Amino acid sequence: MSASRKTLLIGLALALALAFLVLLPLGLNRYGLYILSLWAVTTIAAIGLNLTLGYAGQVSLAQGAFVGIGAYTAAILTTQGWPFIAAFLIAIILCFVIGWLLGYPALRVQHHYLAFVTLAFSTLAYLVFRNEEWLTKGIYGIVGIPRPELLGLSTNSPLAFYYFCLSVLLIVAAAMWWLIRSPWGRAFMALRENPTRALSLGVDTKRYTLLAFAIGSALGGISGVLYAPLVEFIDPTPFTLALSLNLLLMVIVGGAGFFFGPFLGALVAVLLPEWLRFAEGLYLILYALFVMLLLAYSPTGLLGILDRFITDRRTKAASAARAAAAPSVREEAA
Amino acid sequence: MANFINLIVAGLATGAIYALVAIGFTLLWQTSQTINFAQGEFVMLPAFFMLAAMNAGLPFWAGILVGFAASFLILGLAFKQLLVDPMLKHGVLPLAIATMALSLFLKEGVKEFATAEAQPFPSIAPATNVNILGAVVSLQSVGVFVVAIIAVIALQAFLTRTSVGRQMQATAQNPTVARILGVPVERMVLYTFLINAGLVALASLLVTPIYLAKFSNGETLGLAAFIAAIVGGFNQIRGAIAGGLLLGIVDNLAATYISTQYRGAIPLILLIAVILLRPQGLFGRAEERTV
Repeated sequence: MSASRKTLLIGLALALALAFLVLLPLGLNRYGLYILSLWAVTTIAAIGLNLTLGYAGQVSLAQGAFVGIGAYTAAILTTQGWPFIAAFLIAIILCFVIGWLLGYPALRVQHHYLAFVTLAFSTLAYLVFRNEEWLTKGIYGIVGIPRPELLGLSTNSPLAFYYFCLSVLLIVAAAMWWLIRSPWGRAFMALRENPTRALSLGVDTKRYTLLAFAIGSALGGISGVLYAPLVEFIDPTPFTLALSLNLLLMVIVGGAGFFFGPFLGALVAVLLPEWLRFAEGLYLILYALFVMLLLAYSPTGLLGILDRFITDRRTKAASAARAAAAPSVREEAA
Repeated sequence: MANFINLIVAGLATGAIYALVAIGFTLLWQTSQTINFAQGEFVMLPAFFMLAAMNAGLPFWAGILVGFAASFLILGLAFKQLLVDPMLKHGVLPLAIATMALSLFLKEGVKEFATAEAQPFPSIAPATNVNILGAVVSLQSVGVFVVAIIAVIALQAFLTRTSVGRQMQATAQNPTVARILGVPVERMVLYTFLINAGLVALASLLVTPIYLAKFSNGETLGLAAFIAAIVGGFNQIRGAIAGGLLLGIVDNLAATYISTQYRGAIPLILLIAVILLRPQGLFGRAEERTV
């Protein structure tokens, strides 16, 4: 398959997916729109974690905490009468800075040690959400989070808010697409593949490790800022360690290090439970079983299977081409 | 002062349980690079095996035996054969994530098929109090501590005094050389999984009377075991013991003297501090494997 045909096919698939995402909600009820919006919001957080984990190779079990920080920033500021856009920017900066600081342990320790530091951070953040009542209203939660008004348009209706979430998702996705193809993206991948070699080639590994955490966390914050007005009520329960674990599983299931991995992972984790509602309590059991089987078969996730399939076909096509070319070589030799 | 002694004794009792769980955790890491995120659920589960056996009409002691047997079979053998062995070739991280999924699986499985309510669980020690240095201390705490410490000493003796134990240590330290020297490495790895299954079953037996049998017990226990293992030293059994006891005491003292709301935070801060300042743990040696 030639490169241009491949680009054309991907472009066509993307256009179809986009048309689907824009037109589908017109036929959905309030709850369907809520779930679809939740998918968009979750995907943003997963895209952030995919940058930290998938591209830069830094394990983080703290993404849920950043969603929480973003959500609380939005909830506290907008209920105090601040404009949404101000809360949005403050949340991004706050999560970027905290994410940057959380990156420092990654300079010292790696892999499972890093997982434990970020896990501890996540649990600490939850304790702060729960206990600092003067700020977060503790277990009583913050009610009446207003939905934003943008460019004079209200997003009060579920449909309007869904389109708002979808637009933010598309902007984030476009920015990420650009980022991973920029020199920064290549530096992140160098960091994942071989930090020592990256350093010897002149990549400032320290700065890029911190950046990977900071940008990934900022995206978690964006997700949280959208989550607060989506559910209109914030309490600490959604932001336990379970959320961080879920986001990690999403990224892994979709395919860490694949651009479309988080979209697919969030689809499996957010939308599938709704379609499989008849299974109710069984769903999480089946999901856990599915994750284990998937990891045993393909540790690179669902897109890893697709990737392997395409590579296989290419290898076969190449060997077929070689086999077709070979007899003439042998004849010449004879 | 009496209160303080009480806290120390209660802390040592929970700490000894943490130590049991943490030792199993480090053993799995040493012999097969398994970071078992489901270790907490492994402690939660055997109590339900025992309860199921007792509900079927067996006496308490027989229920305990059934619980241990089921634990060896499922949390030892099946865990190794069905999950760890196929995953190990993919590396540390996919396996760790698979154990996260396993923890979800066990938790939701118990919630769905057993019960979502907390179940009372009989204690092996009578619930009376004894007088130590003028402080009234619950006999249950003392009993838990004594049983756990005996188990740890027995395990330590097994690992250092017997031939099989030394072969296991050799496997943990350097599998390749151990194999060259004729140690059946595969079997030794299986033994560590069985020992871990025994340790979590014992911990389950000791801790469940205090916490009641509930599907979500594993969350706090697992976290405590990770912290104990890392604070003490990830590659040393004595580190896990010290880490467990230290954590139990710190946890209890922090709850009383610092803040009940943030009692969970103190061990976490301890964890972060240890990882950043002394990643090999308070009692560990620097990791020789590439981490």
